[in-house]
Amino acid sequence: MSDHKTIKITVLRYRPEEEDAPTEQTYEVEFRDDWVVLDALNHIKDHIDGTLSFRWSCRMGVCGSCGMMVNGEPKLTCAAMLRDYYPKEVRVEPLVNFPIVRDLVTDMTDFMDKLKAVKPWIIREEEKPVSEGEYRQTPDQLKDYKQFSQCINCMLCYAACPVYGLEHDFVGPAAIALGHRYNLDSRDEGIQQRQHVIASKEGIWECTYVGECSVVCPKHVDPAEAIQQTKVATTTNRFKSLVMPWGNKT
Amino acid sequence: MNYKEHKSEPFWWGMFSQGGVIAALLIPIHIFLGGIAVHLGLIDAELMSHERLTGLLQNPLVKLYLCVLLIFTLYHAAHRIRFTLAEIGLHSLAKVLPFLCYGGALVGTAVVLYILWVLF
Ligand code: SF4
Ligand code: FES
Repeated sequence: MSDHKTIKITVLRYRPEEEDAPTEQTYEVEFRDDWVVLDALNHIKDHIDGTLSFRWSCRMGVCGSCGMMVNGEPKLTCAAMLRDYYPKEVRVEPLVNFPIVRDLVTDMTDFMDKLKAVKPWIIREEEKPVSEGEYRQTPDQLKDYKQFSQCINCMLCYAACPVYGLEHDFVGPAAIALGHRYNLDSRDEGIQQRQHVIASKEGIWECTYVGECSVVCPKHVDPAEAIQQTKVATTTNRFKSLVMPWGNKT
Repeated sequence: MNYKEHKSEPFWWGMFSQGGVIAALLIPIHIFLGGIAVHLGLIDAELMSHERLTGLLQNPLVKLYLCVLLIFTLYHAAHRIRFTLAEIGLHSLAKVLPFLCYGGALVGTAVVLYILWVLF
């Protein structure tokens, strides 16, 4: 039986055709122990105010589309239990560091461009014919990159990263981690095609190892570690190529 | 966006990270020995006397050790200061900060070498 507990949800609103700057709106919704923040937002949209806009899809932490700031922290709203905040009120805002399109919806263009720039797919100098079968990989080779392949492009790491906040050209945690994921893949031969992006001024060298990206990542990708590994590898290769210019360049 | 591999940054970062290891591992030992242990009477003050320490400097291995200790940490500091200044708002100086910071470290390197090899 419901005991009619309620919780206040304050949401940032921005309707560009109506207002010049974002405002906020508070809704009071029923509190349910098994609800996540996204459930409360859907309840608002379905029963209180159909004009509220936000993105979501899977409701199970795999699509990466429901990332928002919940009480100031970047969170997947489908994984943020309401009971962790109750009885305090919950503030929901769009992910910071991105332009707002409408209400809780942000413009992801910048991230998409950066993602494309690191070529997050397997690159082969030459594809072998299908008749020769698949590219095989040992469990150890899989282990090398598996963690970095778990990214769901939710962009929480970009919202958490103070460097990205200051320096919008920074390629950023997820894109670098994904480039690194393919560089580590035994089937891939594309490191040269990614290096000029990943090891650019706007790439790994912009990172000062704050580590917030890894703290907020819901998939434990640890993008900070990916960046650190890439810095070490790039530096080692650079010194090697200075000492042994005739050696193999990577 | 036109990306270009940054060729000099690995060098500065390499010095920064080596300097970081040295700063974290060795500097506290020196602070403890010279700054705390002597004053607490844990080691004989005579052992850390000026004459004895400058005497140690005649040994080239000691000079080499001090070079590594001081020079790498200078580059560590330079790199940190460069990024800290840029991030606390001196963004417009981002282009000159590397010259100022690493330039400072280079001057520091010259001073260290001068003291160790010319003065002693
Ligand atoms: S690295 Fe983690 S936080 Fe960043 S986009 Fe991928 S899953 Fe989200
Ligand atoms: S709705 Fe898909 S990750 Fe939250």
